[in-house]
Amino acid sequence: MSVTDIVFILTAVVTVGSAVVVVVSRSLIYSVFSLLFTFFGVAILYVFLGADFLAGAQVLIYVGGILVLLLFGVMLTHRLYNLNLTTERFQPIAGTLIAAAVFASISLAAFKTKWKLVGEKELEPTTQQIGEAFLSSYLLPFEIASVLLLVALIGAAMLVRRRTDV
Amino acid sequence: MIELKYFLLISAFLFSLGVFGVLTRRNAVNVLMGVELILNSANLNLVAFSRYSSVGIDGQMFAVFVIVVAAAEVAVALAIVLTLYRVLNTVNLDRADVLKR
Repeated sequence: MSVTDIVFILTAVVTVGSAVVVVVSRSLIYSVFSLLFTFFGVAILYVFLGADFLAGAQVLIYVGGILVLLLFGVMLTHRLYNLNLTTERFQPIAGTLIAAAVFASISLAAFKTKWKLVGEKELEPTTQQIGEAFLSSYLLPFEIASVLLLVALIGAAMLVRRRTDV
Repeated sequence: MIELKYFLLISAFLFSLGVFGVLTRRNAVNVLMGVELILNSANLNLVAFSRYSSVGIDGQMFAVFVIVVAAAEVAVALAIVLTLYRVLNTVNLDRADVLKR
């Protein structure tokens, strides 16, 4: 077993273990902070897959943006004197059964399918390829995504503003 | 080189954990965390196939768009959750069962 394998196994264990804490923990703060480790673990898995740009984007957007937003969401939806930031579980047995069935079917499909794989590719920087693809074959989706972000920004600001009579 | 199936296994596990979180949580923010787990697992699959099969960079492009949509989704969803909290004074999804107050 090489060092790479050991690092991979450690990363996988941390990712999956913290994801378990996210969905099982009763404390909302614990959930948010273990989501941090899940996101970092996924970023390291991206590095294993040779996706350098995506690993950086994962850390910047998920850890720097989405996680902070979720933390805001936790803090703003509880009164400050209510320090009991816990959540109830709901139908744990049925949920476990459904999740186990989903996991079984997906992993069965993943292992049984004969994937058409190519041999080992060289690791190369992907940022230039992604940038060129954005401005050539993915130009229309790129523009639509920017409009989507603008609409989401305006929509979110509209939704949370204090209602005054216009 | 690490085999593709291990990545698929991790991704399947994250996906089913996300489904579990969405199904069993009552707090709206916690349900959002489950959705984020699901999106991350889908992204992991896209990037894994981008590396191991012949699709090339396209898989990573899809993953970039998934990240963009996830960012937009979480912003709008949290705005909705905050509005829900202001109107109903709770983020328990079981009690969000009225159309108008």
